[in-house]
Amino acid sequence: MAAAKPAATNTAYKPEGVSGIHRARSRYTIRLWSVRNARLLEWFYARFADTLLGLHWFWQAVGYKRAERPVKAVEKFTKSILFDCRMCGQCALSSTGMSCPMNCPKSLRNGPCGGVRDNGNCEVEPDMPCVWVQAWRGSQRMKTGDKILNVQKPVDNSLRNTSSWLRVTAQAAADRDKAGTGA
Amino acid sequence: MSPASNPDDEIPGHPEALLPELPGHSSRGRLERVLRRGEFAVTAELNPPDSADPEEVYERAAVFEGWVDGINATDGSGANCHMSSVGICALLTRMGYAPIMQISCRDRNRIAIQGDVLGASAMGVANILCLTGDGVQAGDQPGAKPVFDFDCMSLLETVRSMRDESKFLSGRKLTTPPKVFLGAAINPFAPPYDFRPYRLMKKIAAGAQFVQSQYCFDVPMLKAYMDKVRDLGLDEKCFIMVGVGPLASARTAKWIRSNVPGIHIPDSVIARIEGAENQKKEGEKICIEIMQEVKEMPGVSGVHVMAYRQEELVAEIVEESGVLKGRHPWRKEARKDDAVVAERLVEILNEADALPESMEQLSESAGD
Repeated sequence: MAAAKPAATNTAYKPEGVSGIHRARSRYTIRLWSVRNARLLEWFYARFADTLLGLHWFWQAVGYKRAERPVKAVEKFTKSILFDCRMCGQCALSSTGMSCPMNCPKSLRNGPCGGVRDNGNCEVEPDMPCVWVQAWRGSQRMKTGDKILNVQKPVDNSLRNTSSWLRVTAQAAADRDKAGTGA
Repeated sequence: MSPASNPDDEIPGHPEALLPELPGHSSRGRLERVLRRGEFAVTAELNPPDSADPEEVYERAAVFEGWVDGINATDGSGANCHMSSVGICALLTRMGYAPIMQISCRDRNRIAIQGDVLGASAMGVANILCLTGDGVQAGDQPGAKPVFDFDCMSLLETVRSMRDESKFLSGRKLTTPPKVFLGAAINPFAPPYDFRPYRLMKKIAAGAQFVQSQYCFDVPMLKAYMDKVRDLGLDEKCFIMVGVGPLASARTAKWIRSNVPGIHIPDSVIARIEGAENQKKEGEKICIEIMQEVKEMPGVSGVHVMAYRQEELVAEIVEESGVLKGRHPWRKEARKDDAVVAERLVEILNEADALPESMEQLSESAGD
């Protein structure tokens, strides 16, 4: 919290993609569109999740393990475009106003840090709008936006680069079967 | 000598021992007692040395003695390398101080952090403050790898489950849980402003029992935040301490504003310091005024004084602001029973002064 010494001066030249958190400016545009249309995406995802769950028999026939690779490829492709997805494997978009928290340079999953600039941009990347300022906006547009108030568990790094869609579907199917046998 | 501190806060036996357990308290430290008694608490931030000499830590802590209820040991604040917070805390507990160990998520992963929590608790640390931490770009080593395995919220939850359920995040059992008072940081002065009170609500849900705020230079902004916090009833679930500090000059203030993440200084404050004859004195005065305003604000339980590189001013600021209301925080001094023994010793010595006469009488009678 205390004052710091001046940061080491950066040279003018910075090769693209050197930093693990570097992103192209053009990408923010689509990401911000997703936040603006969080309500639409929420509606769409609810239908989509139902469809995936309806295909549970199919995933089971093929085998969830075998389906993982193609499904992951599709998931990675679409979510990378829409959200700059980082494939953490435990998607929290529904709880974060359709603004991917893994794009936060501190990978915060529970809200903005204290370093947000007055203009609402990131402390670490001054040109990037804070992921969590966006998340708060997006969540206010969503029907189940108050999910942003839930405390998220720490990221399980062993799930990185796996399909979140299939995991959620398998979990939902298991819950459904459990409720079915329980009733 | 100043009047004695609250006898309830006196540690039985040696200074590094912990206080007896009280019902409803989660730690055996002094800070929790002061806050739960409803007293206005004062904490200060220790500037960690770039040195391996324990004396430097003791010297820097000594200036706070008798003026604060807890000393924050920062964990690489501003992403600058200094003596570790766990090391400073271990030294401070040896001297009987009440350290607040800051843990930032920037430098260590979950394995290291949970280990440090146990180690610190074993060393007598009773207060832990969970922070996310500044980004590495802010510090002297921007090439470092930012870890951020936890965020402050999951860190709070993990330490709480270590304490209350006596287990690691993995579920593995602890034989003795760390009895710590859990803290977090708040920043009401950064966007998104309307989300900030809810973020405090989340932190309380994750286990925060006290919070310390970022530097407050904008009292109306704090007021708006506190109004919302009271509406949500959060001030009853958590002790809120407001961060304050003196600005050394207008130049420093401008520099801080543009270089240190998350510190909001209004133009009016800078203009006031700029216009003053003695800028340092004016900075101090502003700090004292803010403390006096904050003291009267409902829902505020204390202040956290961060006088970076002006630590010697803390005693003066705390005294002049009157936030202690005549109370005397703990200081290293003779305990009550020791004082009684010392007094009796003096009496005996005085009696011994009167002894020669009786000795003469004795020898006379012996000579007969």
